[in-house]
Formats: sequence, structure tokens, C-alpha cells
Amino acid sequence: MANATTDTVSAGTPMLSRSQWSLVLVAVAIVLSIFQWSGILPAWLHRIPETAIPNFAGWLDAIFGFIKDDMGLLTLTRFLTEGLEWLLDASGNIFFGKRRWPNIGPIPWTAMAAVAAVIGYYLGGWKLALLGGGTMVWTALIGQWSIAMQTMSVLAIAAPLAFVIGLSVGIAAWRYTWVDFVIKPILSVLQTLPFFTYLLPAVIFFKVGPTAGAVATTIYAIPPMILMTSLGLQKVSPEVIEAGKMSGCSKFQMLRHVYIPSARTEILVGVNQVIMLCLAMVVLTAFIGMPGLGAKLLAMMGSFKLGRSFEIGVTIVLLAVMLDRMSKAWVVKQPEHFERGTPFWKRHQMLLFGAALFVGFTLLSLVMPLAAEIGRGQHFSQGKELDNLIKGFLDIEAVKATTGFLRAFLNVQILIPFRNFMLSIPTPAFIMLVVAFALALAGRKQAIYALIFFSLVAFSGWWDRSVITLYSVISAVTLAALLGLPIAVLAARSEKWSVRMLLVCDTAQTFPSFVYLIPAIMLFGITDIAVIFSILIFAMVPLIRYTIEGLRTVPPEMTEAADMAGATRMQKLVNVQIPLALPTMAVGFNQAIMFAFFMVIIAAFIGTQDLGQELQRTLAGTDLGKNFVLGICVALMALTFDLTIMKWTADKKRALGLQ
Amino acid sequence: MSTDSPVISCKNVWKVFGNDPKKFLENMTPGMSFDDIRAAGYIAGVKDVSIDVHKGEMLVIMGLSGSGKSTLVRCFSRLHDITGGTISVEGQDIMSLPEKELIELRRSKMGMVFQSFGLLPHRTVLENVAFPLEMRGQDKHTRRERALEVVKLVGLEGREEYFPRELSGGQQQRVGIARSLAIEPDIWFLDEPFSALDPLIRKEMQDEFLRLQQLLNKTIVFITHDFDEALRLADRIAIMKDGAVEQCDTPDQIVLHPATEYVRKFTEDIDKARVVHAGVLAISDVQGEGDPVDAGATIKQLAKQIVQDTRAVIPVAKDGKIIGGMNRDDALTILLENG
Repeated sequence: MANATTDTVSAGTPMLSRSQWSLVLVAVAIVLSIFQWSGILPAWLHRIPETAIPNFAGWLDAIFGFIKDDMGLLTLTRFLTEGLEWLLDASGNIFFGKRRWPNIGPIPWTAMAAVAAVIGYYLGGWKLALLGGGTMVWTALIGQWSIAMQTMSVLAIAAPLAFVIGLSVGIAAWRYTWVDFVIKPILSVLQTLPFFTYLLPAVIFFKVGPTAGAVATTIYAIPPMILMTSLGLQKVSPEVIEAGKMSGCSKFQMLRHVYIPSARTEILVGVNQVIMLCLAMVVLTAFIGMPGLGAKLLAMMGSFKLGRSFEIGVTIVLLAVMLDRMSKAWVVKQPEHFERGTPFWKRHQMLLFGAALFVGFTLLSLVMPLAAEIGRGQHFSQGKELDNLIKGFLDIEAVKATTGFLRAFLNVQILIPFRNFMLSIPTPAFIMLVVAFALALAGRKQAIYALIFFSLVAFSGWWDRSVITLYSVISAVTLAALLGLPIAVLAARSEKWSVRMLLVCDTAQTFPSFVYLIPAIMLFGITDIAVIFSILIFAMVPLIRYTIEGLRTVPPEMTEAADMAGATRMQKLVNVQIPLALPTMAVGFNQAIMFAFFMVIIAAFIGTQDLGQELQRTLAGTDLGKNFVLGICVALMALTFDLTIMKWTADKKRALGLQ
Repeated sequence: MSTDSPVISCKNVWKVFGNDPKKFLENMTPGMSFDDIRAAGYIAGVKDVSIDVHKGEMLVIMGLSGSGKSTLVRCFSRLHDITGGTISVEGQDIMSLPEKELIELRRSKMGMVFQSFGLLPHRTVLENVAFPLEMRGQDKHTRRERALEVVKLVGLEGREEYFPRELSGGQQQRVGIARSLAIEPDIWFLDEPFSALDPLIRKEMQDEFLRLQQLLNKTIVFITHDFDEALRLADRIAIMKDGAVEQCDTPDQIVLHPATEYVRKFTEDIDKARVVHAGVLAISDVQGEGDPVDAGATIKQLAKQIVQDTRAVIPVAKDGKIIGGMNRDDALTILLENG
């Protein structure tokens, strides 16, 4: 792990430079490890003794207990629950006919599909119309309409709620520096907390089921909305602001007529992110008993019905792609002018057309039940047949041999020895290595954070499981880099392939993470390899994406200069393109690590021995304290990498004079 | 209000940027230079400026970028709060105005045009122009009527429903001009309004601007870094450097008698014959004989006559009345000096 840091921007102490200090740390760590392997290291230096571990979980439980019962937060949240429940019931009625007020639902699937198609057409032409209508038709025909609508009904409440809260907090953060100051660190922790940590508090404070699911989903989706809002407001051009002031705007008028409309693009990007995060989370809330697509997928995967899992996966992916494309089309959609004197019906023709179709199909569904709902036995699900197909595919000699070899070779020869190696490193040595890494790449501040964060993890009492988590992340990201980087470099060679590959990555990034488990389980069954595989494909996406972007955005005059200097393709790549693309690639690498931390927790479903497994176990009970300790362990490790790599990227960019 | 009391009057105005500019200014040793102030960690955006703008006058503030001209004009409308000195607009000290009255002042008296237009992207041409009217709560019907009127005035008829991004730069600036005129302001600020435009369009817009000014006769503060533009438009020019006004005078005086070395350098390459008017060269105690020349004509316009004329002193007349005589030698010197 001795990083070559020839590029240290500023030397640390007068005596030893930053890189020298890191080398010293690495050396000490190696010595400690060698002592351990030769069996002469005292046990208390290998692992912190049980007795020395503070009862964080107990303390947290006590604090929660105090807030919950003594401060009456529970009464408040239970009160909020009622309001939220009412909203969810209403949307449930509209979407899938839950027997609650206003008792008008469910909306016939044909009407819904028509409206989706019209919205798609309005936002992005025929392609989006096809995507919108097609997704709805697929969902209905495959027989998942009602569960899909259960998911959508929660989304329809959670997403607007997250939008409103995020927008208000974002405005406050932009307006008042102290708000910004307070929420910045909270946001960065929130964004690295594994989703399981959102679930249990939601359950405890908001009851099991849709309400808790909606709360967890909402909270999960708020941070990017806050960030995008305050970013957009800060970016409004000073002249537009001055123009507003000179027009005599009062403070409120400034916000309402100048700032918010001018920040439209960023705010809508925030909306897109809110929708996508909501969808990702709402699927995952299956773990706390929320009905819908996620629950169905969980059940199907649990009973190894791969065909049905696959179909549900497709539905989820289609919904995700549809929502993503439509909201993105909305971002770039600019208002178009009508000539003066255009009649009302022409100005609003899409709206009228959509309404007409909606009414038409609703009426049709009254006389034709099939247009309203596709019942049992009427749908086209091919679960069984797909199952057989998949089994047939896996039985092909070549495939069997490959997966079998991977299972045996990777697992036995590489992964397990690597894991055992990481576990054998004494705790202090491990922390030293991480600190050395942070010191060499970023600087003293990041190294101190690394020290504090990993020491906290060590004292949490979950060190071994944390190391296993880290092992999964590191192996998966390394494999992802080995596979992804060559693909990205190849794709970046031509404009056409770059565009195609970026499109694939963009699309893959919209899939809710849960979906990535399906191919992993299909190919490798319930094994460690499946875990690594699902993380690997999930983490490969940002790696490829940022590498291509980094390589493609190298200023053309530099590559031209290399060409004129007579560099071969390889020389150009190694000497010009990669060094200049490195900061951008590092952002992708960082994101890959963050994604891996996220996925490793979800992969716990397959059955692992890491923190995710323990976290999942806490959901069954009311171990709020333990749940938080575990969640924070993951967040602290993720934050360490995030802080270090991002600092390195910023330094490097400055050194290269990029931006 | 009498005609000679200035519309905008600023006295010893300072605008200092930095951590605690108020305190810095109080404790500052008098006579610190721009660089001294920067060494102390502060930036003097506007440095001890005293200047008056009279009714109906067009004052052009010019200087290189970073010389403080934009900052100064933003102090006039209190887009920036000044650090020291006083600025009064029509006799009112604007720094003492409460927010509500300041907004009222802007809503009724001031219009401003920006370099990169500052149009609201989500509003049509008509809605942009009507924006200041909407802000002061005018009803939909009258503000629409007024907006249509101004849009027509700036020659954008037929584009009322367009969005800014659908217009060319010149057209966008016409919208900016229309918006600033919608409330019929008494004072009109223009911050490098034509700098972002192509040279051909710039010339066209300058002509358009002069036409509007003749029509409306407003009090104008115009910022530019283009000396030719300044000479073309100005009644008076204020030349700024490092936040301070180096010289503020008529174009003739600036080219004939630059007050500082900096101004002299600035005016060096200017064809003075195109700037200097016969009236300025006229000496009142000499008379001369024969047909007079018009005081409002530039030496360039009179070039042929000056070269061919054999009189040593040529009489100069303003509104048909002889105001003095011009030495032919002086005129020839200016004519032949450069260009």
C-alpha cells in the first residue's frame, strides 16, 4: 500500500515529508503484522479486548429511549403517521383500489398507459411516448399491475414530500449561512449511511408497512434535493439578480420571480434525483414489510423462482428508465412560444388530448373489464418457462464450467486467502495502513479523520465484520477496475462507442440496486461470488462512465500536440490522456467505492458475514442502538475513502490547471 | 427642483471590499494608494469619488475592466452599499433610505441595462418588459399595454411572445432596454450595454440609443470601456482608474487638456480633430473677419475649409451669434497631429 506520491503538493512537517510519514506508518504496520503472524504479538494488540469496548449500542438505545418516550417524540411521530397514512390511503385508492377515501380507484390500466404515453410525447416525442405507454402495457400484461401500482402509490406521496422539504431546506441553506453550516456535515453523513439505517428508525417511529416505508423513502431522497436547490440558487447570474432588484422586487418577489425560475434547471435535476432515489428506496423498503414490487421480488428470489424474479426485475427497470427519461426530458424542455392570438385549445392541445384519452379509456373500462384490470390467468407471465430456460442455459457445459471455475478458482485461490489475510492484520496495523493511505493521497486533515473514523469502528465492537465488509468492497472494486477500465479505454477511442457506452452506463445507473442481485443469483446461486459479482457490476458503471468522460474531455490541443510529437496511440494514452483524465477517473473510482459500500449491504440478502447481515438482522427486532452503530460503521469507512479521494482529486485538478 | 441642482450627487464616495471595510476605512491613513490598500487585504472598488450628474445630461464613465466603473454605478442605485461618503439622488440621501423606500425609488425612478442583458429566461419578451410593472403591482391590462408600447419603441414588434433564448444578442439587448424604460424612469443606467455585441450590431444599437435619447431626454449614466463609444455619446466623460476618477470633463477638454499622464495615454491614439469642436477653440476676445464657422462643428468636419482658408483668425458663431475667433494655426495643429 506504499503509494508513490511523487506529486505531494505541499510538504507536511519540516522533518519528514507527507509521503515519508506514510512510509513510516506502513513499515510499522508491516512489523506489527509480522509479529502477529509469528505469534509473538500480545492478543490485546491484535484485537481490542471485549472488555475495552464501550457499549455504544446501549448508550444509543438509552438516548433513543429518552427521545422517544420521555420527550414524547413517539407521540408526535404517531400523530404524523395518521396524516401520512391518510395520504397514502388516498393514493392507494387511486392507484390500486385500496378501500379507502376517496373510493374512486383504481384507475384502469389502459387510461394510465394512455396518459403516460401522452406525457411522454409532450416531453420527448414518439420515443418517450412509446417508453411511457409500453412500460405500462408491459406491467399490466405480465400481471404485475397491482403490485407495481402499490409501489407507485407510495412513490407518488414520498417524492413530492421529499421535493417540498428538500426545496424549503435548500432555500433556507442558501439564505442563511448558519443553516448551511449546520446541515452540510449532516448531509454528507446521510448520503453515506446505508439504507438499512433509515429503515429501522422509520419502523419504530412510524409503524411497520407503507407509512414507515414512505418515511424512509422520503428522508432518503431529501439530501440531493437540498444540494441541488442551494446550488441552483447560488448559480443565478448576478446580472439577473441585479435586474430583479432594479425592477423593484421585494425579497419575496425576488425569490418567487427571479431566483427560483432562474434555478429551474438545477431544481429539476434535483426532482429527477428525488424520483430515482425514491424508486430505489421504495423497492428496498420491502425489507420492512412494504408490499409492492420489492416485496414480490424479495419473495421470488427467496424461493429461487428466477423466471418471475427476472420479470419483476424488468418491470422495475422499465419503470426506472421511464421515470428517469421523462424527468430528464422535463429538465431540458424549454417553453415554446405561441404566436399571438393562438386559440386556447391549440395552446393546451396536449393537455386536452391526454384528458380525452383518460376519460375515453375509463369509460371503455366500464363496459370492458379487461381494459380495467387484467386478472389472474389472463396475463402473459412466462415465469415457469423462463425458469426452465435459465436452468437450461446454466446447464450448458461451457457455462457450467465457467461459473464453476470462477466459483472454485476465484473463491478458493484469491478471495478467501485475501479475506483471511485482511483479518490477520492486527487492528492497530490496519488503522495505520488506512491513515498512511489518507496521508499520502490527501493530507494531514484527511489522515486525522481516517484515524478517528477507523478507531471508532474498532471500538464499535464490530471490527471483524467491518473488515469483511471492506474486503468485499475492495475485491469487488478491484475486479471492477480490472474489467471496467479496459472497456472504458477501448470505448473512449471512438466517438460513436463512447456515446453508446455512456448511454448504457446512464441507463444502468437508473436501475434500483436491488435489480443487480438478480443476475448474480442466477449465475452463481447463493454464494460469496454472487455477492462480489453483484457489487462488481454495480460498481463498474461509474468507473466506466467517468473514465470515458475523463478521456474524452482531454483538451484536443493536447492530444493534437502529442500526435504532432509523433506519439503512438499507446504513448499518447499513457503520457497524455490518462494523466489528464486521472482526476475525473478518480471521481468515478470514488463513486464505485461508495456504490460498493451501498451494494454490499444489500447483498447481505444473499447471505454474507459482514455488517450488512447484522444490519438486516436488526430489522427483525427493535435493536435501534445496534442498528445505528452498524450503520455508522459503514458510513465512517465510506466517508474516509470519500474525503481522501475527493481531496486528492481537487489537489490534482488544481495542479493540472483544470477548472 | 431647480434645473441646476444635480440629479445624482456623490461626495467622497468609498466602496471598499474586504472583511470589515467600515472599520478599515475609519482607521485608514489618508492618502493610501490603491496598492497600499490591497496590501492591507482590502480592495478599493470606488476610491474617494465626488461627481455630480445633472438633469438631462449623459455622463459616460469609462475605464479599463476592474477600474471600478461598474461598482460606482451600482453604488448610485444602491445595488452596492457604499462604505463611506454620501450619495444623494434628487436630494435624498439613498444610504439612509429604508428598504421599502429604496424599492419604491427603483420602481419609479430608475432603469438599468446590463452588459449580458440579465433577462429572465422563463419569461417571454413581453413578460420580461412588463416585469418591473408587475413588481410594482400594476394590473395586467395596463402593464401589457405599456409593455407593448415599449416593445414597439425598441423595434421588437412581432416578437412579443418569443423567449430570450430565441433572440439574437442585439434583440435581447433591445428587450433589456425596453424593460429598463417600461417604468418611464428619470434616471437611466447603462452598464456596458453594447460590449457583448458584434461591432456591426453595436453601431446599429448606438444609433438606436441616440434616437431613443433624443426622443426621451433622460438623465443617463453610461458605462463603457470603448473610448470611441464614449466620444460618440457623451456630454461629459469620467475616466476611472483603480477606483478613482482621474478626470471628469467634456470630450473636447479631455483630449485637449488631459489632467493626468494616464488620461493622456488613454487619449493618445484618438483622432482629436473628430472630437474637438470649433466652439472650444474659439477665443472670446478675438473677433476675426468674414464668414463664421459653426461652433458645433468638429475640426474634422471643417477640415477642408481650415486648410483652404487664408485667414489667421476664423470667427466662430453659435446660434448665429459670433462668440469669438479661432486661430487657424491651433485648428491646423489638431487636424494634422495624428490620423
